[in-house]
Amino acid sequence: MGNDELILLNYWPSMFGARVRIALEEKGLDYEYREEDLLNKSPLLLQMNPVHKKIPVLIHNGKPVCESNIIVQYIDEVWYDKAPLLPSDPYQKAQARFWADYIDKKLYDSGRKITFHKNKEEAEEGKKEVLEIFKVLEGALEEKPYFGGENFGYVDISLIGFYMWFHAYETCANFSIEAECPKLMAWVKRCLERKTVSKSLGDPKTVYEIVLKFRKKLGLD
Amino acid sequence: MAEELKLFRTWSSPYSLRVVHALKIKGLEYETIFEDLSSKSASLLQYNPVNKKVPVLVHNGKAICESLVILEYIDETWKQCPLLPRDPYEKAKARFWAKFGDEKLSSSIWNVLISQGKEQEEAIAAAVQNLKLIEEQLQEKKFFGGEKIGYLDIAFGWTANLISILEEIIDLKLVDEEKLPLLSAWMQNFSDDPVIKQCWPPRDKLVVKFQAMRESNLKTVLSQ
Repeated sequence: MGNDELILLNYWPSMFGARVRIALEEKGLDYEYREEDLLNKSPLLLQMNPVHKKIPVLIHNGKPVCESNIIVQYIDEVWYDKAPLLPSDPYQKAQARFWADYIDKKLYDSGRKITFHKNKEEAEEGKKEVLEIFKVLEGALEEKPYFGGENFGYVDISLIGFYMWFHAYETCANFSIEAECPKLMAWVKRCLERKTVSKSLGDPKTVYEIVLKFRKKLGLD
Repeated sequence: MAEELKLFRTWSSPYSLRVVHALKIKGLEYETIFEDLSSKSASLLQYNPVNKKVPVLVHNGKAICESLVILEYIDETWKQCPLLPRDPYEKAKARFWAKFGDEKLSSSIWNVLISQGKEQEEAIAAAVQNLKLIEEQLQEKKFFGGEKIGYLDIAFGWTANLISILEEIIDLKLVDEEKLPLLSAWMQNFSDDPVIKQCWPPRDKLVVKFQAMRESNLKTVLSQ
């Protein structure tokens, strides 16, 4: 574990890439960060993720690991001796995996309905879905500081990257996540107090500007 | 303490079948509760309130949901006949391909089922491309797990059964022995494994079910 070479191929607004950045920071690992232009993907990205051609990709000593939650688990399993991200108990681990899977299957697509809506109805539909997902997640959080309990972990890492997109969701569909889901926002603020999180997340206002640029490009506005 | 294991499943769900395969490979005793998804039991809704789906594994009263999550839980709880590789990199690869199977591969196979004519030709080309990618993961091994059936074999298990059923319904070959020899051999080896063999749902019932799905989806497309 002495001379590990770690390269992260990422696109900073990605809520999925954020997961990997946070995991690497939590473990205190040195890595080279490379920003990808998604409209002009590097030969390295195409070589390391030929199946999906997507970020994030973690390249560890020349070998690629793809799919953000899979990368986070990989990081946790290789560097198992510090800052555990997943619980050690199989049942608690299964719960963590379940929630990360839930976030993966639901939040991105519903969020996209808001940001890249073709009409007001779609934005409304997206907003309804996102709020429903947040309510379910608030239920899972209960009164705990983090999803896993006392310690920041896998599910928190899985979700917090989406915070970069909250301002975009709110502005595109005209609602306030703080007003609708105060418990979730309290959890967000708690996570942002961690340096590993705050240095891994980009500015939500800039994310919104990027959304506007893309909307114009796609002829949606 | 006596272990209490209950599996909520349907007769046909390929995801439920994964859990059956894992439990049988591990030699575990369990109770089966068959669900009718048009009329879900109160127990199922209690154990899986979020997704309300099968499979659900209940172990000593605690529910685990999502088939791939259940597989990992079973592997971590009962150490005999390990399913996942031990090496973190190999594990990451197995998880990657299981996800690919559930997302890209299964939707491409579904597209073949619900299309016809030129659209179906294109759907078949896309599906075969994905199947080729899967085959590359086999290399020269008997199973994705090596000498023995493992996590990825179980994750892909639905292909060993449902693809031939699809081929029968559409009267076209998807997994050609010449074009996909290794995958073809794997499907045979997996299906014929004595543990797996006893678990397949009745084929004729599956043919009827998928034929009906094809017809209702084609009708929907035509009426649009």
